Amino acid sequence: MNEFDYVIIGNSAGAIGCIEGIRSVDNTGTIALVSEEAHHVYSRALIPYFLSGATGTSGMAFRPPDFYERAGVRLFLNKKAVKINFGDKEVVLDDGNKLGYGKLLLATGGKPVFPPIPGLRKKNVFSFHSIKDALGIKQHMAGARNAVVLGGGVIGLMAAEVLLKKNIKVCVLELADRVLAPVVDVTASRMVEETFREAGVEVLTNNTVAAVHGKEYVEKVTLQDGRTIPCDLLIVGIGVTPRVELAEETELEVDRGIVVNEQMQTSVSDVYACGDCISVYNFVTGLKQPLPLWPNAYLGGRIAGVNMAGKTREYTTGTSMNAMHFFDLNLINAGVNATADGDADWHVVSKLDPEKKIYRKFTIDRDGVLRGFILIGQVARAGILLNLMRKKIDVRGFQQELLRDNFGYADLPDLIRWHLLKEHMILGVV
Amino acid sequence: MQSICTCFTCLFIFLQMGEKEEMGRILIKPEVCIGCRLCEIWCTVAHSKTKNIIKAFLYEEVRALPRVQVEEKLPLTFPMQCRHCEEPDCVAACISGALSKDPGTGRVDHDAEKCVGCFSCVLACPYGCININENERKVVKCDLCRELDTMYCVSHCPNEALVFVNE
Repeated sequence: MNEFDYVIIGNSAGAIGCIEGIRSVDNTGTIALVSEEAHHVYSRALIPYFLSGATGTSGMAFRPPDFYERAGVRLFLNKKAVKINFGDKEVVLDDGNKLGYGKLLLATGGKPVFPPIPGLRKKNVFSFHSIKDALGIKQHMAGARNAVVLGGGVIGLMAAEVLLKKNIKVCVLELADRVLAPVVDVTASRMVEETFREAGVEVLTNNTVAAVHGKEYVEKVTLQDGRTIPCDLLIVGIGVTPRVELAEETELEVDRGIVVNEQMQTSVSDVYACGDCISVYNFVTGLKQPLPLWPNAYLGGRIAGVNMAGKTREYTTGTSMNAMHFFDLNLINAGVNATADGDADWHVVSKLDPEKKIYRKFTIDRDGVLRGFILIGQVARAGILLNLMRKKIDVRGFQQELLRDNFGYADLPDLIRWHLLKEHMILGVV
Repeated sequence: MQSICTCFTCLFIFLQMGEKEEMGRILIKPEVCIGCRLCEIWCTVAHSKTKNIIKAFLYEEVRALPRVQVEEKLPLTFPMQCRHCEEPDCVAACISGALSKDPGTGRVDHDAEKCVGCFSCVLACPYGCININENERKVVKCDLCRELDTMYCVSHCPNEALVFVNE
């Protein structure tokens, strides 16, 4: 049996974060990485950029070609971990091999949700998740004329934009009454819908596919509203659900995702988890929930790695956050953005200019702490706002300033500003 | 040429100013910043093709963007540029691998070739120091003047409001 100090299952953002986290502490421990895909680490988040032609397959590489070698990682690619024996601390691979571990990271990711529509698994139906999907879409995109995108979330909308730009007629179907719910509020949803409609994408809300027609390939789809429309490329972009197969029927605690504490430890000792397969602490809601986003996966993995290597660090800065762009519309959001999600005594400060497509909205709780924000059109320096959220700063004293285009540290009261910037400033020189 | 006090301490500081060392960072003295924005001007020059102030501003086809930004709420002014964090949130957020932390120099590097302009780093940077290049739909950030002998914002600040400190 192969014995390693660290075994990582998965090969995306979380796994890379973990390797880099381990190596920031421990330069000699042995690391093995198991991935059911055969590829060098690539960024799923770049699929739209790959399809648009902005980057080739080589540009999707998330780290340089010699990354694993330099990090001293033994690769088990094209191998699937099928079972974990927590008692013996070993991972069983589908080829029968066993890998012993000192510390184990589960970074198994998410799997795309396919709604229970009969006949949906056809040759021109793709999710928007893997390099295999990307290559398949690229191949079918060339001859496609009518695409249907199932799901009006971030993934579905990014797919829709790419397809339209390839001169394909696109129809987006969203089951909810608006796109990007619950990521942004109604106002922002409407602005995004308008942007898509102006660009020529048909956006149908309160609607979905009721039936799929065609033998090997989808030819037409019947919508829930009874209409039947042509379709020669169907993208399923509803979202991902945590991949927890390895945790099933084990003592690993699962609540939608594999539950981890702030140090990214699971309920089983020496087993850590990160990324799209977990339920993790959301600092805005205070709850544990899946936060399947690239930065959360990387950072969670990195912190897991540091802890696995024996130092203690906590991941307490994760929440829902997105940087998005659709056509010319830039949109950044973080935290909770519909006041209905919070308490009645939360309040909102906002500014809307529909002509210029500018929207700034801030959701503030009863203690004056920022719980969420949406920026449309003006996204510069958004991270300062996220920092105010994370540091739980009472923003009531300067809440109108938040609406300024180029809001920055100069707009904060002296005490707060110099407190937040104290490591970077030399004060008291005059 | 700036005029400086000629006492030994000041001469020593002057000689240190903007000199590049392996590890260290730029610190800011907001109380002595006069808001002249020469740091922004010289940052533009530093990132221009010609490194010539006249050409950089008047003749180059595309004017380079400054990576340092003076925050202003008069009478308060102070410059801010990338803090080259020890654990950079921007690197953690980068979906393309364009941002990386150089373990040798501590510098946070941005590879414009790899950048796809998703702006995840704009959302992640707690200091608002990743600037958007609207024309190219990418970001730009401080590179500590990696291709130059001195850090232009530090060496051209007339008031020593920007200082490079070895660590």
